[in-house]
This record gives sequence, structure tokens and C-alpha cells, in this order.
Amino acid sequence: MPVTTIGDTQVHVDTEGFLTDYGEWDDGLARQLAATIGIELTDAHWKAIRFLREDYASQGETATLRRVATLAGVSVKELFTLFPGKPAKKMAYVAGLPKPKGCV
Amino acid sequence: MTITETVQAGPAIVPDFGDEAPAGRKLAIICSKGNLDMAYPGLILANAALGEGVETHLFFTFWGFDVITKSRMGDLKFTMLGNTATHMPQGLGGLPGMTAMATHQMRKQIHDIGVPDVPEFFAQIVDSGGHLWACRMSADMMHLDESDLYDAVEGIISAADFIEKTEGAQLLFI
Repeated sequence: MPVTTIGDTQVHVDTEGFLTDYGEWDDGLARQLAATIGIELTDAHWKAIRFLREDYASQGETATLRRVATLAGVSVKELFTLFPGKPAKKMAYVAGLPKPKGCV
Repeated sequence: MTITETVQAGPAIVPDFGDEAPAGRKLAIICSKGNLDMAYPGLILANAALGEGVETHLFFTFWGFDVITKSRMGDLKFTMLGNTATHMPQGLGGLPGMTAMATHQMRKQIHDIGVPDVPEFFAQIVDSGGHLWACRMSADMMHLDESDLYDAVEGIISAADFIEKTEGAQLLFI
């Protein structure tokens, strides 16, 4: 498993760059991960990220956009604004989780 | 010496989210079927494409019109008739009540894996930036106008108009 440096922290990642160790993530790292993909985190971003982290801990897989919209109360439209382009993958990246596997 | 980890010395490994790529990948999906099981492939692929940042247009034509007709979109059906993939005797599918039973069963299976019903799925697709179009010829044949169609349908347009709007798009016919 490769190791890469985000900011001043060394983390384990997969070949694409998604973090592979749940425990290596913290709030500061999230800000730096977001910055590497051009996102500055606001409270709205954090609401989605906190949900993703907690949901992964209980479900063992990364929530899809629909799951975040339904359970975290951040609408699909808003998620597209917060994480433009590929919201599900970008959210997962910033939250230090694998890409979501679900289709919907 | 045993090397257990590769330490990246160069730039950090960051996923490519395609933000640097020139915008322009487009997908056009022509939905020509009105059965419950044939409505979903278009919706699922549209939703997936939108989530990947692909501009997506859906064109509903012929039986596909049911999928965007307000009075029918929540009541699409699945029949075993003519579908050998159910691996049931074909005669069974023609018995009274079998289509209702098969539809009920399929809806339950779809619901159980957390996939929304058709109207709710459309809401998600529209919120994700998807474009919905209705076929002019189908509307004329069925004597329907925009008031009969799902509110987010952007217009009733000709096949030529759709081809023009989706210039350069990849295309799926379902």
C-alpha cells in the first residue's frame, strides 16, 4: 500500500490516492485533503463529512449521495454545489474513506 | 532488508476527479419502454453519469412516455409475459393477477436495496442537473401535452431537436 504526504502528514492510500486507514484521518487532515482538490470546508461540508465518517463506522461502507441526502439532511443539489463535479467521490476522499460502491 | 511500504517521494498521490479535463462529456439516453423493469436502467445510468460530472439528457419516446406521464409514472408494471429470464412457465404470466403480483415483488426488491421509486428517482436526477425531454410525435399520438407530464420535463421536442441538443454525446437506446 503506498504512503503519501498530505500537508505534513504521511498517510496510507490506495493507488488512486484514497486513504486506506480509517484511523489516520482527523479534522486537520480533512482540511488539507479538501485543499488539494480545491475545496475550502464550510459548516455545510462538515455536516456531510461527519455523517460519512459515522455512517462508515457503523455500516462498513461509504454512503452514496442518496444515502447522505436522505439521512444527513444535505440535499443532492447542495452536495453538487459543495463538492462540484463528482460529489460522492470527492466527499469520500475528504472524509478519508474508500469510494462508494453502491449504484444509487 | 525487507521493504514493506513504498514511500512516495514525489508529489502527493491525489485522485483525479477530472476537474482539469475540458468539460464536454455528454450522455444521451433514449428511453422507449414503459415497463417498470425497463424504466430503471435509464434512470440508474443517468444518475451514475450525473454523479460523475457528465452532462446527461434523457429523451422519452413511445412507451417510454409512461415513465414521465404524471398519472402513470408511479404505477409502472412488470410482466413475466415474454420474459424468459424469469424462468417461469410462460402460461403462468398470463393468469389473472400475475402482472400485479410480479410488479409488487419487483417493487419490493427495488425498495429493499434502497433504490427509490420512479418519481423520487426523477427528483434526484433533476436535482443532480439531469435534463428531461419528451418526444413530440409520441405526445401527438397519445394526445398529451405538457400539463400531463412530470413538471421537470423541460419540453416536448422533435427527434431532430434532441439530436441537435446532444451533439457530440454518447448515446444509449433503451
